Amino acid sequence: MSRYRKEKKKEVPALNTSSMSDIIFMFLFFFMVITTIREATLFVKVSVPAATEIQKLERKNLVSYIYIGTPTNIQMYGSESRIQLNDQFGTVEQISAFIESERAARPEQDRPFLITSLKVDQDVRMGIVTDVKQELRKVGAYKINYSAKKTDNLFK
Amino acid sequence: MARKIPQLNMSSTADISFLLLTFFLLTSSINTDKGLSRMLPPLPDPDSKPPIIKERNVFTVLVNTYDQLLVEGKPGDIRNLRKQVKEFIANPYDEPNLSEGEFITLPHLGQVRKSKGVISLQNDRGTSYEMYIKVQNELAGAIYELRDELAQEKLGRSISQISDQTIIDEIQKAVPMSISEAEPKAVGGK
Repeated sequence: MSRYRKEKKKEVPALNTSSMSDIIFMFLFFFMVITTIREATLFVKVSVPAATEIQKLERKNLVSYIYIGTPTNIQMYGSESRIQLNDQFGTVEQISAFIESERAARPEQDRPFLITSLKVDQDVRMGIVTDVKQELRKVGAYKINYSAKKTDNLFK
Repeated sequence: MARKIPQLNMSSTADISFLLLTFFLLTSSINTDKGLSRMLPPLPDPDSKPPIIKERNVFTVLVNTYDQLLVEGKPGDIRNLRKQVKEFIANPYDEPNLSEGEFITLPHLGQVRKSKGVISLQNDRGTSYEMYIKVQNELAGAIYELRDELAQEKLGRSISQISDQTIIDEIQKAVPMSISEAEPKAVGGK
C-alpha cells in the first residue's frame, strides 16, 4: 500500500473568499438605498392604523413628523397619550414653535410645500389629535398626512 | 521568469463589510412614509358667515365616543358607508333626498354631472383614532371609486392608466374631494 502513496502532502486548497466581500457590499448598498436613518428615538408607542386608500409621501426632506401615543416608559411618564416633537415630549402649545423651526430649517422656496406627517397610535383618542390639528391650522401648516399602513381589506 | 504577485488575503474585507451591514441594519428603518394626505381648512374668519348649503346637499357622518356612526341621522355601519357616500354623490336618478347635480362641460371629458354634495364629518373627542382613519378612508375611497368610474365611462381607462395631468385635473374637478370637518365638540367626556 505504502508503495503507491505519493510523497507530496495533500492540502485542502484555500478558498477564494474575495467575492464574498463583493456580495456583502452589494447587500450593504441595497440596505443603504432602501432605508432611512432613524431621525428620532421614539418615546411613545406608535402603531399606525391600517387603511386601503393610501398614498406615498414624496420628497421626504419636506416632511416633519409629529408623534402621538402612549409613552413607552409608563412608570416614568404615565399612560396618558403624549406628543413627541423631535427628540422630546412636547405640548400642544409648542407645536407652533416646532413648525416655525421646521420652516426655518428649509430653503425659502420649499416652505409652502412642507407636509406635516402625523404618526398617531391607533388607540389614541381624537381629542389630542384635534388639538394638534387646530394648532396646525393656526400656524398655517395645512398639508398633513395621517400616517397609515397598507392593508387590502379594512374589515377583517 | 516573471515574478508571481502573491495573492492578497481578502477574507477580512468580508468581515468589515459585514460589520458595516449590521450597523446600517440597526440604525436605519425601512421607509414607511405612507398615509392619507389631507388639506386642513384655514381657520374660519370670525366676521364672515359660513356659506349656506342646502340640507339635501349635506351628507352628515357623526362618530361618537363609542366609535358608533350616525349617518344622515340614522345609525350606520362602516361597512356600508362607502356605498352610501357613492350613492349620495352620484345620485343617478336625481332623487330629492340625495345631492343635487349640475352639468358642466369639460374639454376632455365632455358633459359630466358635477355633484354639489358635501360630506360633513364630525367626531367626538373620545373617538378612537383607528375609527377616525377608517371613516376617512371610506370617504376618500368612495370619491376615488367615483373618479375611477367616471374615467372608465368617458375614456374607457382606469384613472391609474391616465398619465396626462390635465385630464386628471379635470376628473378631480368633476368629482371634487368635498369632505368638510366640523369644529370639534366634546360630548362624551374623555
